[in-house]
Amino acid sequence: MADYPGKLGEIIEDFEELLDRRERTELLIYYADQFVEVPDAIASRPFEENHRVPACESEAFVWSDPQKDGTLKLYFAVENPQGLSAKAMAAILDQGLSDQPPAEIAKVSSDIVFTLFGNDISMGKGTGLTGMVSMVKALAEQSLNAQQN
Amino acid sequence: MTDITERGYSNPDILVSTDWVADNLDNPSIRIVESNEDQLLYSSGHVPGAVEVDWVRDLNDPLRRDYIDQGAFEALMSRIGVTPDTTVIFYGDKNNWWASYALWVFQLFGHSNAKIMDGGRLKWEKEGRDMTRDVPEYPATEYKAQPRDDSQIRALRDQVLAHVEAAKPLVDVRSPGEYSGERLHMEGYPQEGAVRGGHIPGAKNVPWSKAVNPEDGTFKTADELTAIYSGEQGLNAGDDVVVYCRIGERSSHTWFVLKYLLGYENVRNYDGSWTEWGNSVGVPIEK
Repeated sequence: MADYPGKLGEIIEDFEELLDRRERTELLIYYADQFVEVPDAIASRPFEENHRVPACESEAFVWSDPQKDGTLKLYFAVENPQGLSAKAMAAILDQGLSDQPPAEIAKVSSDIVFTLFGNDISMGKGTGLTGMVSMVKALAEQSLNAQQN
Repeated sequence: MTDITERGYSNPDILVSTDWVADNLDNPSIRIVESNEDQLLYSSGHVPGAVEVDWVRDLNDPLRRDYIDQGAFEALMSRIGVTPDTTVIFYGDKNNWWASYALWVFQLFGHSNAKIMDGGRLKWEKEGRDMTRDVPEYPATEYKAQPRDDSQIRALRDQVLAHVEAAKPLVDVRSPGEYSGERLHMEGYPQEGAVRGGHIPGAKNVPWSKAVNPEDGTFKTADELTAIYSGEQGLNAGDDVVVYCRIGERSSHTWFVLKYLLGYENVRNYDGSWTEWGNSVGVPIEK
C-alpha cells in the first residue's frame, strides 16, 4: 500500500475500508459539502487560464500559496455548480495536503482518484480528476524548484 | 424561454417541460430517469420518484467496449419498473448531455417511448423545485426488448471510414481545441485519451453546447438551431450525417437535436469517436 502524507493518509484509509458503493458515494458527498472556494485575496474571476485544470469538465482551477513554515496551502475553484465530484476531490486535496511541504505533495500518486472514486468511474471523469491531482503536484514541484533556486 | 410547442421543432413531443414533470410526478404511466455525468449528483438529491440510470454501470458492457446486450437491457428495465408502454422521461446534468446519451441507448433496443425534460437538472434546481434523497423502489416488470439494432442510429468505425471516403457530412461536437488537435497548454497533462490529435477529415466543428441556452439548459429554438447547423455549416435535413465526440456521449446530444428537434432523417452517432479514431492505425486525420 502506498504511503500518503499527513491527513491524506487517514482519508485514503477511510475510503479503503468502505464496503459498498452507497457508502463511498455518501462519503464523497460529505467532502463535497465541505468544499471551500478560493478566497478573493488569492484569486478572483475571471480566473487565469494557467490555473485551470486541463480536461476537467467541471471547470476546476487550482492555486497554491507557500506558507512561512515551508508548507503549501492549496486553493480550488469549481465553476460548474453541479460538479460535485470535482468539489469532493478538491476538498479532499485541500484537507489532506494543505499542511504538507511541497516535496511531500509532489510525491502523491494521481492513482488516489481511483481509490477515492472507485475503478468504475468514467474515462472522462477519471481524466479530469486525475488532472486535478497532476495540477496540484505540478504546483508543488514549481514551489519546490523556487525554494531550491 | 418560449413554450416548447412554439419553438418550431419537428418533433416537439420529444420534450417535456419542468412544469409538466412537476404535474406528473405521480403519473403511473411514466418513469422519470436521471442520468448524469457526475455520479454523486443523484444521491445528493433528485426529482421525487426518479430512478438513476448510470451509463457506466447500467449501459456499458462490463468487459467489451460496447453497450449492454438485450438480456441486460431487459433486466435494467425490469429493475427500474418500466414496461414497453411506460414513457421514460430522461433528465440529467450537463444540459441533458447524459440524458440524451441514455435515450440514444434505449433507442438501440427499440424503447422509443422516451422524452427529455427540457432544461434538465439545472432548470429544475434553478426553479427551486422539490428534490429528495429518497431512492424509490418500483415493482419489477416483465420487459421483452428487441435485439439491439446498431444499424440505424449507430455508426461503427469502418462505416465512418466509408462515410469519409464518400465525402458525406460529419459533425465533430468537441471543443475547438480538441477539434484542431492543439496540444494542451502544459506538458504532462492528460490528453484526450488518444495518441493522435485532430479530427476526422471533412468534419464540421459545432460544439454540442451551442444547441442549448446556457442560463437554464433549455434547447434553442428551431430557427436558432437551423442558423447554426444549416446557416453556418451547410447541413440539410436530408443529409446522411455522422456525429462524434470523444466517446459518443456529447455527440448523442447533437444526434438528438438533429434527429428530433430539426427532423434530420439519417443521423448516426459514432460512439467509438475520437478515442477509437485517434488511436486507430491507418485512418486519415485532419488537423
